[in-house]
Amino acid sequence: MQKLMRASLALNGLSRCFVTEKHLSAIKVTRRGLVCADHGNDVYDIIISGGGMVGSAMACSLGLDPNLEGKKILLLEAGNKKLMDKVPDTYSTRVSSISPGSATLLSGIGAWEHITKMRFKPYKKMQVWDACSDALITFDKENVEDEMAYIVENDLVVAALTRQLDSLSENVQVKYRSKVVKYTWPMPSQETDYIPWVCVTLANGETLQTKLLIGADGPNSMVRRELGIPTVKWNYDQSAVVAVLHLSEPTENNVAWQRFLPTGPIAMLPLSDTHSSLVWSTSHSLAEELLELDEERFVDAINSAFWSNENQSDLIETAGSLFRGALSAIMPSAGSPRQLPPSVAGIGPKSRVMFPLGMGHASEYIRHRVALIGDAAHRVHPLAGQGVNLGFGDVACLTQILSQAAFNGKDLGAIQHLLEYETERQRHNLPMMAAIDLMKRLYSTNAAPVVLLRTFGLQATNMLPTLKEQIMAFASK
Amino acid sequence: MYSNKFRRLMLGLHCLKTTAVCGLVQRAAGRSGFGWTAVCRQRTLWLQRSACREIERRAVLRQNGVRSASHSTVDPDELRKFQSLANKWWDEQGEFAALHAMNDLRVPFIRDNLLNVHRARHPGKPLAGLKILDVGCGGGLLTEPLGRLGAKVLGIDPVENSIGTAQLHSSFDPDLCERVSYQVCTLEELSGGEDEGAGHFDAVVASEVVEHLADLETFAFCCSQVLKPGGSLFITTINKTNLSYVLGIVVAEQLLRIVPDGTHDWEKFVSPVDLERLLESHGFSVQSVKGMLYNPLSGAWSWTDSTAINYALHAVKLRKQAEDSSLHPEDHTIESSS
Repeated sequence: MQKLMRASLALNGLSRCFVTEKHLSAIKVTRRGLVCADHGNDVYDIIISGGGMVGSAMACSLGLDPNLEGKKILLLEAGNKKLMDKVPDTYSTRVSSISPGSATLLSGIGAWEHITKMRFKPYKKMQVWDACSDALITFDKENVEDEMAYIVENDLVVAALTRQLDSLSENVQVKYRSKVVKYTWPMPSQETDYIPWVCVTLANGETLQTKLLIGADGPNSMVRRELGIPTVKWNYDQSAVVAVLHLSEPTENNVAWQRFLPTGPIAMLPLSDTHSSLVWSTSHSLAEELLELDEERFVDAINSAFWSNENQSDLIETAGSLFRGALSAIMPSAGSPRQLPPSVAGIGPKSRVMFPLGMGHASEYIRHRVALIGDAAHRVHPLAGQGVNLGFGDVACLTQILSQAAFNGKDLGAIQHLLEYETERQRHNLPMMAAIDLMKRLYSTNAAPVVLLRTFGLQATNMLPTLKEQIMAFASK
Repeated sequence: MYSNKFRRLMLGLHCLKTTAVCGLVQRAAGRSGFGWTAVCRQRTLWLQRSACREIERRAVLRQNGVRSASHSTVDPDELRKFQSLANKWWDEQGEFAALHAMNDLRVPFIRDNLLNVHRARHPGKPLAGLKILDVGCGGGLLTEPLGRLGAKVLGIDPVENSIGTAQLHSSFDPDLCERVSYQVCTLEELSGGEDEGAGHFDAVVASEVVEHLADLETFAFCCSQVLKPGGSLFITTINKTNLSYVLGIVVAEQLLRIVPDGTHDWEKFVSPVDLERLLESHGFSVQSVKGMLYNPLSGAWSWTDSTAINYALHAVKLRKQAEDSSLHPEDHTIESSS
């Protein structure tokens, strides 16, 4: 009897162990079964689609953040790797004005150092004036030593960021020549093959999964299009002609010039003591004409655009000088003397290009597991030199928000903190875009009332240093 | 008929095992040679017996659960059920929205208090190297963030469906799979069970759990069992005040439906003073108590000075057991004599 008891106890003991084990392992097997399904593709934490200035800056910024260490970050770029062993002798035509805020971001991610070693031009003053009247406004820092902003060629920015990315290869992976053909969004589905991540399909057939997709793929963003985000956009019926200019004589070239012609603004941005960059936004037909002109006539056109007064009517001139007189009576010391831009002697070889201009703003910057940055979210007219700076601002904001989210153990693609990013950036970007669009429209006409209005406005603003400081502070962020 | 016998024999074995542990405890207590150990022993025995009873009850449930889980490895029906529950648990704007939002407070609370003790060695994973037990983890809402911060987290919950949901949700993330695991059991089972449970965790988290428990003494005892000396206990729960009745039950459940009706029972709420007293009698030292406030308009939680409604508590298991026990002989002898 006792033996039987002991035997049955032993048996039960065994079976209990067995059963308990089975129970636990059954659950584990369930989980493992699901895990196996996904281990075919690695799941990245963040994929950035688009390796331009803003996309590469985002990749560097995330790779350097201490709270995001150990996360798998991937940058996808459709083009080739843009390395620059030595700086080319000729200047490239596409340049950007980097604001102090963007310079701070770039130096924080270690790219600014590379840029300063290559080539960049700080400028201290900006003069903006009207072609239809005498009105002019100058921006400069109170302390003459301070720089307002920097002119850097776009290629150099990308090369500097590429070099920085090379040094971050443990944290950030970069895939060049990888074009994305399809995005699959996470669907709240009930199927057993449900994948909660964003799937990115490349042209070579590879499929990648990610917890957060950052779309930095430019004004014709595929990410934005595939998400179906409604975008407010219009074409300006303007194209920008860009070129590298050789100045007639070397000068201390630290002023940025912009004149508003009725056809569109023409800007000369300093590249060095002997070279400047031209950005002439004008109607499509005029732009094509300009491209076809021979070098001499093109140079003449530029000089006359900056120097001639043919658009001014007597009425406007009288009104302008009257108003200026009145203002100087109220504030005698305000206002800066008018300067004339340097004259142009020639242009760089094969450096004339044109590209269409438009305005675009995505109504949403984010979706579940997706965020848009840079031109994919907002596209502006180059007249204020703000396009890439808004993008760098997006990079700084999103990095900070993702860093905090990671430190709080959050799922990076969760919509709660992405909404914070969207709100903060839209609050900054929308007023800026509205202002730029307003400026563009205001200066697109030579109808007398509008000209008078903007003349008075510009002159008044020029006389108010506090207002100018506010404008500069807003544009420098 | 055979299954019944089998079940009873199983339960018998369970009890045998726990009384064996009891025996060990008794012997240990006996070795100290003080008169009060008899009382202590009584208390320990009583706790073990009640734990045993709990285990019996749970074992019955588990028995049924075991049968269904062992039928298949990946059962599509089960998966679908967990999936539909996942949509409830993991919908950030759904029924559990307030719990999701609470992560903004409780994850930093846990993380910062643990970092005070264990300095972070790994920048991207501040809690790396720590073992955390999440009691009453539900769908894994708190377990996953702690896992993402680098800790090895074990989430336990008596409700099998919740564990299934939690496992399903964490299975998609290869990062979490390694660090987060789940088990269907109760704290008593884990602490009374194999050595795996005992004295082994750096931290125990019981968030929004204590107000659903019948027996807080057992809970505190078991927490003390599973924690390493110097380990942390984090509790978030609701205070027992008039205000918590009005806001926590009437407004939250019936009027605004922030939580489903019937979730909470005011009688089970415990005030921070009572909880503190209870924990200190089990060898804990309460380090901080902070009030939390939910704003139904913004859907966000914030820290507040008043602990009148919700509060979070951090306690540490004292290292020297003998020192601690010596504080209590007078109370117990007074109690037993009266």
